[in-house]
Amino acid sequence: MTTQGAAQQPDARPPAFLEPEHFDDVIQILRRRGYRTIGPTRRDGAIVYDEIESAQDLPVGWTDEQSPGRYRVRPRGDHALFAYASAAHAWKRFLHPPNLQLWRAQRTNGHVELVADSAPPPRYAFVGVRACDLEAIRRLDQVMMDGPYVDHVYRALRRDAFLVAVNCCDPSGTCFCVSMGTGPRVTGLADLVLTEMVGAGRHFLTLAAGTASGQEVLDELGRRAATDEECRLADASVEAAAQNMGRSLAVDGLREALANSPEHPRWEHVSKRCLTCGSCTLSCPTCFCSTVEDVTALRGDATERRRLWDTCFSVEFSYLHGGSVRLSPRSRYRQWLTHKFSTWHDQFGVGGCVGCGRCITWCPVGIDVTEEASVIRQAVPLPGSTGPMTE
Amino acid sequence: MVPELYRVQRVRQETHDTFTLELRPQSGAARLTFKPGQFNMLYIFGTGEVPISVSGNPTGATLVHTTRAVGRVTHVMSRLRAGDVIGVRGPFGAPWPIDLARGHDLVIVAGGIGLPPLRPVIYHVLAHRGDYGRVVLLYGTRTPEDILFRAELERWRARFDLELHVTVDRGTPSWHGNVGVVTSLIPKAPFDARSAFAMICGPEVMIRFTAMELERRGVGTDHIYVSLERNMKCAVGFCGHCQFGPHFVCREGPVFAYDRVEDLVHRWEV
Repeated sequence: MTTQGAAQQPDARPPAFLEPEHFDDVIQILRRRGYRTIGPTRRDGAIVYDEIESAQDLPVGWTDEQSPGRYRVRPRGDHALFAYASAAHAWKRFLHPPNLQLWRAQRTNGHVELVADSAPPPRYAFVGVRACDLEAIRRLDQVMMDGPYVDHVYRALRRDAFLVAVNCCDPSGTCFCVSMGTGPRVTGLADLVLTEMVGAGRHFLTLAAGTASGQEVLDELGRRAATDEECRLADASVEAAAQNMGRSLAVDGLREALANSPEHPRWEHVSKRCLTCGSCTLSCPTCFCSTVEDVTALRGDATERRRLWDTCFSVEFSYLHGGSVRLSPRSRYRQWLTHKFSTWHDQFGVGGCVGCGRCITWCPVGIDVTEEASVIRQAVPLPGSTGPMTE
Repeated sequence: MVPELYRVQRVRQETHDTFTLELRPQSGAARLTFKPGQFNMLYIFGTGEVPISVSGNPTGATLVHTTRAVGRVTHVMSRLRAGDVIGVRGPFGAPWPIDLARGHDLVIVAGGIGLPPLRPVIYHVLAHRGDYGRVVLLYGTRTPEDILFRAELERWRARFDLELHVTVDRGTPSWHGNVGVVTSLIPKAPFDARSAFAMICGPEVMIRFTAMELERRGVGTDHIYVSLERNMKCAVGFCGHCQFGPHFVCREGPVFAYDRVEDLVHRWEV
């Protein structure tokens, strides 16, 4: 259970030490406890999140290379388990399913009956949730279940999910979690927090419990505590990662600059490159927008209503009788970027970007949000400065 | 997210393209209650769901919606007949400030299909007439044939405690009333601009110009309320479609104090 504040934090015991070849024990304990274990696995030339049955399914010895519009996996030449950055998928795929039946209806002799699916949701254990992605889950919580309305599907999945977070030691070329204050160290609440130390002839894991259920798993694992030296080495790996971000973004004044720059020429500039394909919104771990579709049987007596991920980059997204509100690609890109870095603050008291870099990596034309946002930010004087800064 | 089933009790054709549905819960239970300005999501079996403001009396026996057949769902909806069943989710959204406006003059300005979402306000005000100062209803529509709720408007116009003016964009030989945009009625309307509350619903361009005209007369933007429209799919702030700058129109709107949205309605493609 990881949905309730930090109050569940048990007394700070030292993390457990684990040899990488025994990491499978953790997965098996979780599976015996009835969790469907979801974690990173290598498929179709990428690292994706999917069901893993054992540690064998992890991308052992693989890493990724990410840059604007480019993603490759390559062997590392070692047996590291978690030595890569953001996977191609975000965890929202499981908590906020991309295609979900909301209810179905049956019509018999003019009598209509509506039925909502009442099957119990799967209990997921997410293995390998990076700091940025853990923060993304928290931001989705705010959207889907902490407001005046609650999405019951999301809440049921989220409430039962077991989170094994991982301190990130291998940021990619598109990462900027340090700028967004979301990583690489896990600060949010997870059931277990794992650090993998690889290098200098050593390879080991440390596992710390963040909740009582995390502690139960550690107790069952029954490993010795990591020594101070081991903790220090693991800690140094995370420290090093913080110095190794592929990108950075200055965020002070960004929210205000975006709110006040609807006519900035950069919007036109980026819209000449943007294909409005929506890859960024699909890969984004916090983008939550959806649409509904009614699927009706040819006989006309049965229908179902499904919810599907949607993207604010489509013309239909803002359709109102007579036409769409945001017709130009310029206005659609502006909507997305402004929402992420500006209006999300108005809505949820925090920004919508966690700096995972997926939107940069998976943009087919390599548009870099850190670059676009910086240009807009620099056009507007910061409080206390004398005039607009120049590039 | 699962609608409740309602049965169509009566359909009234208001104009060639606009109709009113009177609904009752199929279960026989009491209908949902609403505040003037709120909307429901109406679902047509196998066709889809659309947001429609309630146009009926808040204390009436049936749930009443008036809509124009403009899209796929509303066209199918226009073919509904008494006895048919539809789904209803609601009510959603922020209402008109009928409590805040108590004790003040009231200026209600409607453009075209913007009248139905304001009609519950008029029912409420007339039922609590002593709570309000002078009440003015200004209604502009395209042609005399497009005038909604005509019999009711004529009845209200006969009252001494309600000032009602109608204008049309295009007259006909038999029309002897006002011709021109609805904003042209504002300068002469009898209300105390310093304290009056205004409620505007209509096309966005009409809202902008009406608000400007009211401001010109001295009504403060915090006393002007407008009902905005955006693509609403879920009505509860999850789908993201209705975002208007920082606002979720379904949840914080559709009724907004104008000072919260004035900047945005003057921007293009927000």
